[in-house]
Amino acid sequence: MREIAVIAFAQTRHSATDEGLTEPELILPVLDEVRERSGLRTFGFTCSGSCDYLAGAPFSFVSALDALGAWPPISESHVEMDAAWALYEAWVRLQHGDVDSALIYGFGKSSQGDLREIMTLQLDPYYLAPLGLDQVSFAALQATASGAERAELDEIVRRSRAAGRDNPYALDLPDPEGDAFEVEPLRPYDIAPITDGAAAVVLAAGDLARELCERPAWITGIAHRIDPHYLGMRDLARSASAAEAARAAGVGKGHVDVAELHVQFSHEEPILRRALELPESTVVNPSGGPLAANPVMATGLIRIGEAARRIMDGTAGRTVAHATGGPCLQHNLVTVMEG
Amino acid sequence: MPSEVTASSGSTEDLVADHVLEFPGGYTRTTGPVIGRFLTELRDGRIVGVRTADGRTLVPPLEYDPQTGEAVTGEFTEVGPAGTVESWSWVNEPRAAHPLDRPFAWALIRLDGADTSLVHAVDAGDARAMRPGLRVRPRWKTSRSGHITDIESFVPEVTKIVSPVRMEYRVRPGRALARFLEGVARGVFLGCRCGSCHKVYVPYRLSCPQCGVAISEEVELPDTGTITTFAINNLPDPRAPQVPFVSAYILLDGSDIPMIALVGDVPAHEVRQGMRVRAVWVPEEERTASMSNIKWFAPTGEPDAEL
Repeated sequence: MREIAVIAFAQTRHSATDEGLTEPELILPVLDEVRERSGLRTFGFTCSGSCDYLAGAPFSFVSALDALGAWPPISESHVEMDAAWALYEAWVRLQHGDVDSALIYGFGKSSQGDLREIMTLQLDPYYLAPLGLDQVSFAALQATASGAERAELDEIVRRSRAAGRDNPYALDLPDPEGDAFEVEPLRPYDIAPITDGAAAVVLAAGDLARELCERPAWITGIAHRIDPHYLGMRDLARSASAAEAARAAGVGKGHVDVAELHVQFSHEEPILRRALELPESTVVNPSGGPLAANPVMATGLIRIGEAARRIMDGTAGRTVAHATGGPCLQHNLVTVMEG
Repeated sequence: MPSEVTASSGSTEDLVADHVLEFPGGYTRTTGPVIGRFLTELRDGRIVGVRTADGRTLVPPLEYDPQTGEAVTGEFTEVGPAGTVESWSWVNEPRAAHPLDRPFAWALIRLDGADTSLVHAVDAGDARAMRPGLRVRPRWKTSRSGHITDIESFVPEVTKIVSPVRMEYRVRPGRALARFLEGVARGVFLGCRCGSCHKVYVPYRLSCPQCGVAISEEVELPDTGTITTFAINNLPDPRAPQVPFVSAYILLDGSDIPMIALVGDVPAHEVRQGMRVRAVWVPEEERTASMSNIKWFAPTGEPDAEL
C-alpha cells in the first residue's frame, strides 16, 4: 500500500438557516483555504460528494465545479454519497501510483427542503418508500431496538452540544431540555440539527505529504462495509457493518485517542462505540459531532477532517473517523489515522 | 419546475423561489418476478415470503439472500397474516405521506412463518398499547392494486371486548326499611333496641344480627351525632353534590351502630373523627319517603366528642 495522508482540512462555519449562498459560493472559501494550507493549486485527482435531492435539481454537483476551475480539463469524479466516500475513492485512486495529490470536498444545504422526507427517497421503492417512512421514524425504530437508556442519550446530547459551543464551526445549541417526542422514543434534541455547510480535505502520498505538511495524518487503515438495506432483515440493535469495517481498518490494533463518529441520532453513539469496540478512554466527538452541526453530505468528511486535524496539530497520536450512509447506519466507512 | 418567485420590498436580499421536483404521474418501475409475485399476492389479500437456499423465509421477498448474496429459490410460501411486533416507534404528528392521518406506530413485525421482519404501520390508537410481543394483523384496503399500501396498516389482535350489562328491576324496601323511611318522611330517624343485648340499631330493623332474636322496641333518635370515620372521595358520584365529597360513618346520639351518610357545608380537609354533626333536611314540602330527604350532615360547631 502507498502511504497516504490527510495534509489539509477546512470547513465552513456551519449555519442552521439558509444564508443565501449557492452551493458553489459555499464551497469556494473552503477550497481556497485548503489550497492555501496545502500549498497546492492543482491536484492529481478531484472527487466530491453531494446529493441532488438536497438541491432538488439534477446534476447539481456539476455546477459546483464552477468553484473548482476545471479548465483545462481535470481528472474529476463525484459520489452521490457523503464526501467521506469521495475521500475513499480518492485514496483508491492514489493507490494507482501515477498521481500524488487529491482534493476532496462535500457540501449540502439541508435548509432548502424537508430533509426528513428527502431521506425517504433513499429507501427501497417497493417496500419502504411508499409507506412514507421518514428519516426520524426509521431512526426511532432503531432507537427502540437498541434499548438505549434516556439518561445516557441525554448525556450524549448534553456533551455533544457543549463541545459544539466550543467549536467555532458548529452551531450554538442549548443544553437539552423538554420531554416532547419528535417520534417516540426520540426527542427533538436527539436529532442532528438541520445545517448548511461544506468541507474540503487534501490527500497527499509519501514524500509529497512530508514536504507539504509538518505532521501529516497518515491513513493506516480505511474500509467500508454495508448491511442489508431492508430494516427487518438485520439486527437494528447493533451495526454489524460498522464492526466489520472497524476490524478491516484495524481500529483495535492500538489505542484510539480520539474518535469522530457520524452520530446523527443520539442512540447511534452507543451502537457505534460497541461496534468499534472503543474503550472509555477514547474521546468521542470532541468537535461536538453531527449532533452539533450536520451539513449533510459533508458531515462524514468532516469526521475525517476533525480526526486528522488532531494529529496534524499534535494533540493526538492515533485517531479514528467514522462515516455513515443509508437508513439506520446501513453503510459504514472507518478510517484510522496516525501521526 | 420553478413557480412563484417572490421578492418582498424589492430587495434582492429577500429573493426566494419555490421549486417542486416531481415526476408527473409517478415514476414507473418494473418489479421483477420476486417482488412482483409478492405484490400480486398482496393484491389478492395474501402475504407471501420467499425461501432462501438454506430454508429461511424472507418477508418481504428479495431476489437475493441478504446474508449470502445467493439468488433465492423460486418457492413462495404464505405467511401470517398475523405477526408479532419486535420493535416500534410512535408518531404523534403524522406527515402527509404517512399511511395514517392519526397518531400511529411504525413497527418491525415478524409475521408468523417468516424469518425476517416487515416494516409497516400499526394503528394502535395510543402509544401505551404498543409493546414488543404485541400480536397484530393486517387491515386490508377494500380496493387493492398490488402495492405495499394495500395493507392500510396492521391492527392489534383482539384480546378483550367490552360487555355492556343492564337489567331493570322493581324493588320494594321490605317491612323494616319501609318503617324507617316512614320516619324519614316526617324528619325522624327511627331505630330499635334489642331486647337481649340492648344495642340500639339505626336504621330500624326487625332482628338483632348479633343475638339473632326479633326486635320489637322502636326508638326515635335525634338527628345529631359524631363522625367515627370518613373518606374523601375525588371521583364524581351522582348522589354527591360536589367533588371532592366526604362520606362518613355517623354515630347518631343514643345509637350503638353508625350509619353512613354524606358530610357537607365544610371543606373536606377539615372533616375529622369526633366531629359533631347534624342532619341537613330538605324543606318539609319537598320531603318524600326517601333518604334524599337528608342533603348531608353538617358540623354543629360543638366541641369534638370523645370516641
